[in-house]
Amino acid sequence: MSFVKLSASALAIAAVSATTAAARDNVQVAGSSTVLPYASIVAELFGENTDFPTPVVESGGSSAGLKRFCEGVGENTIDIANASRAIREKEIKACAENGVTDIMEVRIGYDGIVFASQQTGPAFTAFEPADIFNALGAKVLKDGEVVDNPYTTWAEFNPELPDVEIAGFIPGTKHGTREVFEEKVLLIGCEATGAMEAMIAGGMSEDDAEDACLAVRTDGKAVDIDGDYTETLARIDTNPNGIGIFGLAFYENNTDKLKVATMSGIAPSTETISTGEYPVSRPLFFYVKKAHIGVIPGLKEYAQFFTHDEIAGASGPLANYGLVADPELAKTQDAIANEVTMGSGS
Amino acid sequence: MTDASMQSPETGHRSVSLTVADAHTKKRANAEKRFRAYGIVAIATGLFFLIVLFASILSQGIPAFQRTVVSVDFTLSAAQRDEAESTLFKTKAYSNLFIAQLSKELEDQGISVDFDEAAIERLLGKIGGTIRTYYADNPGKLGDPVKFDLAASSRVDGYFKGRVSRDTLQDSRFLQLSDLDLVDALKQAGIIKQAFNWPFITGADSGVDNPGGAGIGASVIGSFFMMLVVLGLSLPIGVAASIYLEEFAPQNRFTDLIEVNISNLAAVPSIVFGILGLAVFIQFMHLPQSAPLVGGLVLTLMTLPTIIISTRASLKAVPPSIRDAALGVGASKMQAVFHHVLPLAAPGILTGTIIGLAQALGETAPLLLIGMVGFVARGYPDGFLAGFTEPNSAMPAQIYTWAARADVGFYEKAWGGIIILLMFLLTMNIIAIILRRRFERRW
Repeated sequence: MSFVKLSASALAIAAVSATTAAARDNVQVAGSSTVLPYASIVAELFGENTDFPTPVVESGGSSAGLKRFCEGVGENTIDIANASRAIREKEIKACAENGVTDIMEVRIGYDGIVFASQQTGPAFTAFEPADIFNALGAKVLKDGEVVDNPYTTWAEFNPELPDVEIAGFIPGTKHGTREVFEEKVLLIGCEATGAMEAMIAGGMSEDDAEDACLAVRTDGKAVDIDGDYTETLARIDTNPNGIGIFGLAFYENNTDKLKVATMSGIAPSTETISTGEYPVSRPLFFYVKKAHIGVIPGLKEYAQFFTHDEIAGASGPLANYGLVADPELAKTQDAIANEVTMGSGS
Repeated sequence: MTDASMQSPETGHRSVSLTVADAHTKKRANAEKRFRAYGIVAIATGLFFLIVLFASILSQGIPAFQRTVVSVDFTLSAAQRDEAESTLFKTKAYSNLFIAQLSKELEDQGISVDFDEAAIERLLGKIGGTIRTYYADNPGKLGDPVKFDLAASSRVDGYFKGRVSRDTLQDSRFLQLSDLDLVDALKQAGIIKQAFNWPFITGADSGVDNPGGAGIGASVIGSFFMMLVVLGLSLPIGVAASIYLEEFAPQNRFTDLIEVNISNLAAVPSIVFGILGLAVFIQFMHLPQSAPLVGGLVLTLMTLPTIIISTRASLKAVPPSIRDAALGVGASKMQAVFHHVLPLAAPGILTGTIIGLAQALGETAPLLLIGMVGFVARGYPDGFLAGFTEPNSAMPAQIYTWAARADVGFYEKAWGGIIILLMFLLTMNIIAIILRRRFERRW
């Protein structure tokens, strides 16, 4: 009998504790796996340097994070969504439908996207967007005609590139990085090779031609990587001819295995990215639910700590890890201090 | 042997001699020999892969249990502490104080290598937190020299472990070739040395720029609380369900349906339980995210079928004569089950439960969806009850997280984590085997 009593009381205690614990005292963050490293650095420092508990940062991708962010307001929803792209109209609408109306957008800095191959592999040292498009695009321009991508080696369209099999490992569609790759490399390459013009001349509307430009070949020469950069690195490790797409920070942490190629003649580095010379970069964001400020302790402080000059500035730990500091950081700091939300005019 | 050849219709007449094997016997004997050889090859292949697996896990994971430390005396005055505490980035201030003091000390010692404070900074890991925590806990030590063992940076650690060599090192803001001369000099002076990596076993997860500070301890605790939930729920539910199904339930279509479904559930991919957990426990029941309670509930769903199936098997293994005898002397059905059948089946039930728990302990997929991957295992829970609800990770999820990080130091930690996880699994399986050996009765 006493066992029954004991287990009943244990269950009761567990139930009570489950309900009391709903009063959350730590900041809950989720989203982009590109922002995750930076967010984890800040979260650890925030816990070490303030009296607030260390925030929880989950990964899962920009879209998944924003989806959870937009599930509603309340302690069982996340407070901050990390994103490696700006929030979309559609997502703002979905947020509003669930009562998440006041969203603060915080830009934390820039991330460079680099093309790298095996350190000891063939000499992939310089790319133009056109090269990448010719190698990985679904339809390319050959002899004045738009055809399904016929190329099997890099030298077929650019004799300066190594005469080896094309193998590109690109981020999967759930990654924010994919969008940057499409817009800043494929589209530019499509225009540069004249394929886009030819498509429009062939009777496509401009939108259709743009979509066709962004399509990636599906014959196995371009491989979508849905996991992290570690997976891309593993694929490059086993394939000397492979070209992979990495974040600058990831590449800088693995320079002993990877060699990077220039894009349009510019080598990627924090300097060339912050000046805008290196073409393939994108801003990184996090989004704060204003309704949670004052409810979840430490939320505003976390946002302020994250964007403080000593953290996100050019000599802070984030820049040291590979984030390209935002020259307009002061503006962001003001916006957080005043809790400026998106679409409130400023 | 000859019996069989006599009976076979082809060999109508008897063989010449019993001592000389005929062709057919030889053929059968050879077939048996070949089959044995196949068996040995199969086992050898299995063993080979096991050895390769263990060798690679051990060779990659053992270094995680060693760390490189900078071991020096450090004195912090109360004034310095107050100044550091007044800044925003306090840990950085502590770290700067340490670097300045070490740099001065090395100059006084007249170390033969040129260096500057930036070089020392590159050699050190994230040390500010360790120093700040120490003085917060021991304010009485202010002003006295304290011997600190502080983590060296990931690359210096790699240099000691052979991951980084002078030939492959490329100058970067993380480490420069000239720094290695300083490392060698400090090693000579006994300032930088290797030590057993206690923080790896007892510590919590760290930021991606701090592999030296990452430990698996917090996620072991997370796993522990999840296993408590799994044990507390799946054992009573599983045993009650199997006793009812096996001993009391009528045999009809409905119970058949339940049986089929239990077998089906056992084969459902674990990620499905993760999706279910997200939808039911977090989105519908509003249980806290990333909590071991939710992880435990999800793993309970996954473990239940395993426990039910093994419990029913061990109940079935109890001979009916035991039940008949009990009923025969006037015991009620329930008395027969609880006084006689269940105790005899207990070793089998326990074995099944432990194996089910071991399976749940190593499961990652369902945890991906309920928020246990990322930077989650940040510290120990505040108390026993908080352990169920405070965000925490689990061992396999922590290993997965580390394996995806850019710094090679974390990759090593992931392998080290695998060793610890395997030790837990091995222990549980050994307990299961001992229980079975000691208590199981065969009829």
